[in-house]
Amino acid sequence: MKIWTTTLILMASLGTSFAQDIAELKGKELFGGLKARHIGPALMSGRISDVQGHPEKSAVIYAGTAGGGVWKSTDGGVLFNPIFDDYCQSIGTIAIDPKDPDNTIWVGTGEIWTRNSTSIGDGIYKTTNGGRSWKKMGLEKSERISSILFDPNDSQTMYVGVLGALWGESEDRGVYKTTDGGATWEKIFYVDENTGCTELIMDPQNPSIMYASFWEHRRTAWSFNSGGTKSALYKSTDGGKTWNKIHNGIPEGKLGRMALAIAPSNSSILYASVEAEDPNKSGMYRSDDAGKSWKQLSKDFGIVVRPFYFSRIVVHPTNPDFVVKAGLFGSVSRDGGRTFSSLGAMHPDIHDIWFDVKDPDKMFVGTDGGLYRSLNQGGTMEIIENMPVSQFYHVAIDNQEPYNIYGGLQDNGSWFGPSRSPGGIEARDWEVIGVGDGFRVYPHPTKPHIMYSEMQGAESVWRYDHKIRQTKEIQPSPQKGDPKLRYNWNAPITTSPNNPDRLYIGSQFVHVSNDMGDTWKRISPDLTTNDPLKLNQAESGGLSIDNSGAENHCTIFTIAESPLDEKVIWAGTDDGNVQITKDGGESWINITEGLFALSDMPKNTWCYHIEASNFDKGTAYAVFDGHTRNDKRPYVFKTSDFGKTWTSLVTDEIYGFTRSIQEDLKNPDILYLGTEFGLYISITGGKNWMKFENNMPSTAVHYIEMHPKTNDLILGTHGRGIIIIDDLSPLREVTNEIITEKVHFMSTPTFYMNEESTFGGTSSEVQFVGMNPPTGARIPYFMAKRHTFGKMTMEIQDLNGNFITSLSPQKQKGLNVVSWDFNMNAPKVASGKTLARGGFFAPRVEAGSYKVVIQKGKEKFETTIKVDYPKNSMFTLAERKLHHETTMKLYKMNEDLAYIVYQIDEQKKYAEELMKSQPKLTKSAQKLIAQLDALKKDLVITTGDNYVGRAENQLREDLGELYATIGSNFGPPTSSQLESVQLLETELNEAQNRFQKIQSAEWKKFMSGVNKMELPTLEIETYEEFTKKN
Amino acid sequence: MRKILFAASVAFLGLTSQAQEITADEIIDSYFENTGGEELWSDLKGQKMMAEVEAQGMTIPLEIYMMADGKTVTKFEVMGMAMSQDAFDGEVAWSTNFMTMKPELADAEQSENMKRSVGEYPSPLLNYEEKGFSVELQGEEIVEGVECYKIALTKKPQLVNGEEVENVEFYYFDKESSVLIQSEQEIKSGQAAGQTAISLYSDYQEVDGLYFPFSITFKTEESEGQTIEFSEIILNPEVDETIFEFPGTEE
Repeated sequence: MKIWTTTLILMASLGTSFAQDIAELKGKELFGGLKARHIGPALMSGRISDVQGHPEKSAVIYAGTAGGGVWKSTDGGVLFNPIFDDYCQSIGTIAIDPKDPDNTIWVGTGEIWTRNSTSIGDGIYKTTNGGRSWKKMGLEKSERISSILFDPNDSQTMYVGVLGALWGESEDRGVYKTTDGGATWEKIFYVDENTGCTELIMDPQNPSIMYASFWEHRRTAWSFNSGGTKSALYKSTDGGKTWNKIHNGIPEGKLGRMALAIAPSNSSILYASVEAEDPNKSGMYRSDDAGKSWKQLSKDFGIVVRPFYFSRIVVHPTNPDFVVKAGLFGSVSRDGGRTFSSLGAMHPDIHDIWFDVKDPDKMFVGTDGGLYRSLNQGGTMEIIENMPVSQFYHVAIDNQEPYNIYGGLQDNGSWFGPSRSPGGIEARDWEVIGVGDGFRVYPHPTKPHIMYSEMQGAESVWRYDHKIRQTKEIQPSPQKGDPKLRYNWNAPITTSPNNPDRLYIGSQFVHVSNDMGDTWKRISPDLTTNDPLKLNQAESGGLSIDNSGAENHCTIFTIAESPLDEKVIWAGTDDGNVQITKDGGESWINITEGLFALSDMPKNTWCYHIEASNFDKGTAYAVFDGHTRNDKRPYVFKTSDFGKTWTSLVTDEIYGFTRSIQEDLKNPDILYLGTEFGLYISITGGKNWMKFENNMPSTAVHYIEMHPKTNDLILGTHGRGIIIIDDLSPLREVTNEIITEKVHFMSTPTFYMNEESTFGGTSSEVQFVGMNPPTGARIPYFMAKRHTFGKMTMEIQDLNGNFITSLSPQKQKGLNVVSWDFNMNAPKVASGKTLARGGFFAPRVEAGSYKVVIQKGKEKFETTIKVDYPKNSMFTLAERKLHHETTMKLYKMNEDLAYIVYQIDEQKKYAEELMKSQPKLTKSAQKLIAQLDALKKDLVITTGDNYVGRAENQLREDLGELYATIGSNFGPPTSSQLESVQLLETELNEAQNRFQKIQSAEWKKFMSGVNKMELPTLEIETYEEFTKKN
Repeated sequence: MRKILFAASVAFLGLTSQAQEITADEIIDSYFENTGGEELWSDLKGQKMMAEVEAQGMTIPLEIYMMADGKTVTKFEVMGMAMSQDAFDGEVAWSTNFMTMKPELADAEQSENMKRSVGEYPSPLLNYEEKGFSVELQGEEIVEGVECYKIALTKKPQLVNGEEVENVEFYYFDKESSVLIQSEQEIKSGQAAGQTAISLYSDYQEVDGLYFPFSITFKTEESEGQTIEFSEIILNPEVDETIFEFPGTEE
């Protein structure tokens, strides 16, 4: 068989593809044991773009989100899980195949609620196993898919409404049809390159009849236009071959975005919300003749508000006069659309509604602040608390232990919360420190109680004193001679790495304050292009003026002071300028020229982030985002000469446009890049990039921070909340040399044992709780190949090689991280009728150095790690010594007792066996057994159960309790505990004596009979064998 | 011996030369051939596995029995108390209750689901068509740093809260050695419903001509998981059938 093994192993190594060069490694071959952890928060959740339910089973609900993928509930909407993590997270629509509703689900990507911060889709996807795996089915350039319909008689025939590009012209829009289940698509209806399909619906009685709403629209970074002559409502009665306008009763002139719905219970009744040129003609329209004619019914605010954001009408499944319109608060009519009231109190900005299929009184509502359910027709609402789909625009961190994370959310204020909390990171751990839309939130670098936050367009910038919970508004306002200050929707605030009281904010100028915002100085001229064509926000919106500040343009978007020289400040603008001052703002140089000379990046592309290097003051990274110019390519540049020349760090490995970059704090060759579709990491200074996919969804990463103490990477995602990747320091040691090694241990810092209480955890079962970081020693090692054949083990030993505990090694190719909780093995406790607490308690090791030993086949690999007590502690070393000695004394007492009981049990068993075959021994055996039984019942519980039926404690239970109680503390035992130890020691000694007495009397007598008859003697384990752990 | 070697090399050659159009069946065939051959696998009547798991600082030795007729039990002893978990006698599933140390029946649905899985031994992939299952090659994916083929196996539906639900498992086979590296299945009920249960297979060793993973780690995307280490696997063991049977409740 040996040959066979060799063959298999040989085969396994034949044609081995392990990379000899770090540049050839793929992310999944390197990152291995490094894993993202999600901390939410979910208490304010995030924008839900589409809600769909199973057509027959009300337990199954799907929610599509603006930036957090697709979530599924199989319990009627109590708990949701993400099912689309590997793909584009911006969701337009979800559709369930009526022929196979359990398994076949389609997802059209690209949110259709076209606000300034909306993301982009990349096609249509299908699952045939309820979301366990997905396949892209084309329409890659569709950008925003609004509707997916099935021919109810043949699911291979489908119709798809494509809204298409938001930021430019595109021919990839209109109505598409497939007759082969998505293998091929035909565009069957198209209006023009500016007009897309916002809604496609089918007559539930007749699949040949379809209705479509088309919308002419365009967004730029500085304006928005809803409406035009091409917007229209259409009907087809021949399965999409021909389409005719159905405008009898619909206002003349330009039209904007129109929602369209058909009553499921009456195909003649249609509803449309119309955005008209004449505001008096906007509103809810109804047709009672299947679109032949329309009548305006209501023009209430709730119906006409922000059509680009709220254009969904949902009609009750059985009552055609019960109609709900999405909107700021959501409007519900029970009289066929004539009058409306608001839905129950919930987060504003309602986007979609789903009626339960079995009980239409129950409904689900998707808002900017999460998914809600109602049991009373929308009268009162309750939020789903386990969907962490919050949309951060930015993230910052402080230097506390554990450190806190700060950030602002789309329509959900400004927040901070801890990176670790007893029982997990819960909703209650997060605090609000700003209202409105939140963006950049910063802690004061040295005064932990001072925080800065802002709302949209810097309408307010707050300095918040957390200690006394008071705020001061500090935003700079125009001084004499200043023009109107232009702040971006997401205005750049930043603190200084050199002067803790310094604060920057960018309008078209750079403003600096050296007294935490009390006084401001303008230190730059207008750094933007100041293009008057891009400054007409008051006229923005199209048919419905929408001047929210979201289109403010020609503004500074990113400011970075060099950590190495406070006079070197970089600034990037949303209209494509990068400017630098080397004299603290006395003079500025536009350094964009070198950039455009190098790259085919179009001029005026949005500079989204500049990262000043930690290693060299002339070095910086600039990330540009062209998607608002309909350019979805990535742009990442580096300069090492203050911007005179630049190099591009873009490779084909990066998918989608780019948002942010973070330079590693120790190794300048490691870069972390946030894109619209996830996180990329380079360990070669940007020569190549690997996507990080370990528990990391393909969500937009808007900002990245790295913590200098923990080496954690903290991601502010626009759709999945805050995501942390703990301690990335092992990446710094990945070199061409080590990646060919069988096992290579990475260096580790001293590990401080965690002694925080484990109290905490007040969340209910339905609330999201963010994972804490592992508190044990994280032992990282690299393996050139995955361990698949033969044994592999991992042990902790003391420096003399004595066994302490065994760990389960990870065996991946690439980086592996194994966590050790600093514990030894639990003692062996005596057999009894109950579970003794002592048997479950493993004592912790003392501070010191320990060996980590990996045995892989015949080869051994080892490293040494250092373990210490926490820096903040109430105990002295002498107290810790007493604690450890007492614990280990009790540990041994537990095992001593266990050994006595073991001998009792063995002797009894032996005597009972012999008694059966040797009647002569019966008498002496019975005497022996009686003595052994009498002793044992004083040593361990021999009756009852493990719960309330348990019997009175005996020595084992008392010993186990005391051992576990003392052991699980970290300081010295109390004097009463020490007295108890003495007491139990006496009892144990007595037990020993009683056992010895039996040995020299009943056992001896019994054995003399055994020996006389030359029967086999009892073989039992020695104490060492009995207590051995490995 | 020679036969196995031959089969292995044929399978291996097959793999490399037809990597482009490989099918799910070829991958599954190659897995069985490279781990001992379909014939040997098909002949298996059952297995007894001596194993260990680490739990709360304790190393718990387990005896796991899995039989071709679907009977199974995991036996172990903690602090002198013998327990059986996940036992199934062909009709009913049961376990020892940790509070009373007495056997208790699993709910009828669990027993029914166990009944439905009778016949899967030693692997649901073995002659899957005869079992009424279907497979689909889902493409290639890197798991554990290893380039793998991903196969979806759709088994008979399971019952969850009285409803029939799809029952799909995913298998990741090492492209080079053909062995199973990882499998996945959706957790169907309880608080973790909807999450993915992941099993990692390693430490393959040969037992009487068949290759078994001697280490299996069970985890989810978020959790570190638990590893079960096998020290010995005995094929076609002599078994006292009563260990599978529900002992009944004491008066």
